[in-house]
Amino acid sequence: MLQTSQSENPPDIHSVKSTSDVAGNEFLAFTLGKEEYGIDILKVQEIRGYEAVTRIANAPEFLKGVINLRGIIVPVVDMRIKFELGTPTYDQFTVVIILNISGRVVGMVVDSVSDVTTLMPEQIKPSPEMGTSFNTEYLIGLGTLDERMLILVDIDKLMSSEEMGLVDHTAI
Amino acid sequence: MTIDLGQFYQVFFDEAEELLAEMEKLLLAVDVSEPDMEELNAIFRTAHSIKGGASTFGIADMCDVTHILESLLDHIRKGEMTLTLEHVDAFLTAKDILKMQLNGHKFGAAVDQDAVGDVRMLLQSFAQNTAIHINAAPKLAKQVSQDDKLHYHHCFRVALPKVSATDLEAISAELGLLGHIAQEAIDHERFALVVETNGVADDIIAICSFILNPDDLTITELNNVVIPPPDEHENELGYGFFAPADAAVAESTIQTSATTETELGYGFFEPNNPDFALLRTPSEMMAGVEHKPSEHELSIAEHKQHEKVAKRDADKAAVNQETTTIRVGIEKVDQLINLIGELVITQAMLEQRTSTLDPLQHERLLGSIGQLTRNTRDLQEAVMSIRMMPMDYVFSRFPRMVRDLASKLNKKVEFVTYGAATELDKGLIERIVDPLTHLVRNSIDHGIETPEIRQLAGKNATGRLALSAAHQCGNIVIEVSDDGGGLNRDRILAKAVEQGLAVSDSMTDAEVWQLIFAPGFSTAEVVTDVSGRGVGMDVVKRNITNMGGVVDIRSAKGFGTTIVISLPLTLAILDGMSIRVGDEVYILPLAYVVESLQPVAEDVKEISGKGKVVKVRDEYLTLISMYEQFDIQPKFTDPCLGIIVILEVDGKRAALFVDELVGQQQVVVKNIESNYRKIQGVSGATILGDGGVALILDVSALLRSTR
Repeated sequence: MLQTSQSENPPDIHSVKSTSDVAGNEFLAFTLGKEEYGIDILKVQEIRGYEAVTRIANAPEFLKGVINLRGIIVPVVDMRIKFELGTPTYDQFTVVIILNISGRVVGMVVDSVSDVTTLMPEQIKPSPEMGTSFNTEYLIGLGTLDERMLILVDIDKLMSSEEMGLVDHTAI
Repeated sequence: MTIDLGQFYQVFFDEAEELLAEMEKLLLAVDVSEPDMEELNAIFRTAHSIKGGASTFGIADMCDVTHILESLLDHIRKGEMTLTLEHVDAFLTAKDILKMQLNGHKFGAAVDQDAVGDVRMLLQSFAQNTAIHINAAPKLAKQVSQDDKLHYHHCFRVALPKVSATDLEAISAELGLLGHIAQEAIDHERFALVVETNGVADDIIAICSFILNPDDLTITELNNVVIPPPDEHENELGYGFFAPADAAVAESTIQTSATTETELGYGFFEPNNPDFALLRTPSEMMAGVEHKPSEHELSIAEHKQHEKVAKRDADKAAVNQETTTIRVGIEKVDQLINLIGELVITQAMLEQRTSTLDPLQHERLLGSIGQLTRNTRDLQEAVMSIRMMPMDYVFSRFPRMVRDLASKLNKKVEFVTYGAATELDKGLIERIVDPLTHLVRNSIDHGIETPEIRQLAGKNATGRLALSAAHQCGNIVIEVSDDGGGLNRDRILAKAVEQGLAVSDSMTDAEVWQLIFAPGFSTAEVVTDVSGRGVGMDVVKRNITNMGGVVDIRSAKGFGTTIVISLPLTLAILDGMSIRVGDEVYILPLAYVVESLQPVAEDVKEISGKGKVVKVRDEYLTLISMYEQFDIQPKFTDPCLGIIVILEVDGKRAALFVDELVGQQQVVVKNIESNYRKIQGVSGATILGDGGVALILDVSALLRSTR
């Protein structure tokens, strides 16, 4: 288990929340390649190190496979492959963010997790239209924090999208 | 104070459902010619409890029906009316109506108001018959009521607060059940009820609290207590019993009233033998005083009493058992099972890690690990047993069905069950109900003959249908057997030919019997609304196969048919064969594996350069390559170097080519779809000893994909 997983456990996050301003939203910041992203902290269940996955045949490349998370079978997606950012390497520093999206548990591989930040509504700017080069449908906006810019992802929408193929859309 | 009743509705629904099931069970068990007082009381109690619950929650329609039902039962219980078969039928119908109404409230299901009206009329007509009966002998009735009056030993004056006329009527009717009742006016709007009863003041409060706030009641015990003659204890026992809900309370009521009675007795007249009454338990006392005459008679009476007491003790035990259970959501249990599964894996890992240690140096650590292993195994067994339910849950719904079907088809059927205590996973129990129902219907409709035919064949006119369940080496074996006409081999074969199935006269009986599982197959000459349409047996077979079970038929012409269902004890565990292709491990459900072999090069042939077949004992089977299907980098691409596993689904075979067999093991089945979508060719996943995940192959989908 990684160092980060110890310091970023949900209990810590909640203790941060209690002292922070209620009007602000808390985001977990993580990096993919050189870019910094942020997701709603309340969707994060836990953070783990990367461990061997069981490959699923004929699945898209970004779907690494499934892992055993304390007895439940959880699919793991690699966001670096999905967003085509950097070269996916798997070593002891690779991090998996376990998300809980309306009851469904999904693992997301990222390069590293940095911190939890509180963003006031005025700190969140709408994302500009990127044309066809980038689909902004899954973005909440861009968060500014001093010199940093967080790309805020609507992880709920992204993970349940047809594009990710994690949910059986025909079955619903 | 207002309480939100909403949260209790579910409790009421559950409880009412159980009570209705209980009522049906009791009604079916009751001996019409010689009804047992205890049983009648029990039936009455169920009706009364449902009524109490329904009125608390303001469910008027159920309350209505139960009220009529209850009054009728009350007449019967008091012996004012003899129980007849028509009564039992009417009560069963009423039970069905109540069930329908309950479902109406629970799920918003449609309620057939005509049927409700019909059953009310039916019950009321019975009730009126008694009334006429009583009027015809008014003298006798009066005598009885006077006698009754003499026997009550408490008299309470219940001063009511201001209530509406209907409420007053309702309370009067309710209290009337306890004993004799009289109304007197306190002033314009308030009334007092004088209740003569054998119950205690608490009973009155309990009843009134359905309608009123108990704090508004003023209950005073009046002094004109009439001491019952000693030989009325029997009667007293009855009263003690049906007023309170459980036997334990009843017992104490008897005790108190008996003691009070003897104490009070001093003032009025010389009691026969105070020591006698004080020192012995009420039941013994009853036995002793019931009949004074001869010693012989006394001993008979005592014997009878002992029997009754024993029965009551058993009832009491049952009641106690009920109160020691708790309702727990199934997801909590599943979570527990998941956690235990994790614990078992962790424990296996620990065991594996420590196995390389020097036993001398680490003796104590290894000893503790051994202890942990045993504890974990015990814990796992204990937790798994929570999900287990007795087969009685399924069996208990059949007596009624058999009874109705048999009378509809003019057949006489004796229904027996064996091994109702055998336990099975709750998930499976719910899924076995439909197939079993179908088999039982079939047995009654097609299996058991009409009484005339049976007698001609020299058999007992009453057919016999048996349901049995037993554990057999890790499986549960459920049998539905009848002593009817048996399957007709010739007719099945003829029908099979007619339907274009591949048959030959040289088929074994077992093979012929399996034909009836073919879709659309029915040999019944007439299609009835019970069965015979030919849909069903294939569904039965499919349902059972889906549960990982097998169906077998044994039949002898003229002697009957037995259908044997063999099921794994739980859905959560599967017998698997682990196979390896490249670096990946997959699990094949063992139930589909026929054999495995290494083919020789000559037996592997290609068809038009695309598909491959393999010849196994003069039969060409499609060769499915795991590495192609699952896009794996294999160790071997030549089937002759690896191994092929012959799989069979629904009588169709295929050969699966894998690198090697790893071993056979029991695996815990995990659902993939709870967090991911369905994966083609995979039915589930399991966790291996090292904590990794292995996918379980969906063999039938695999075979379908090659067709």
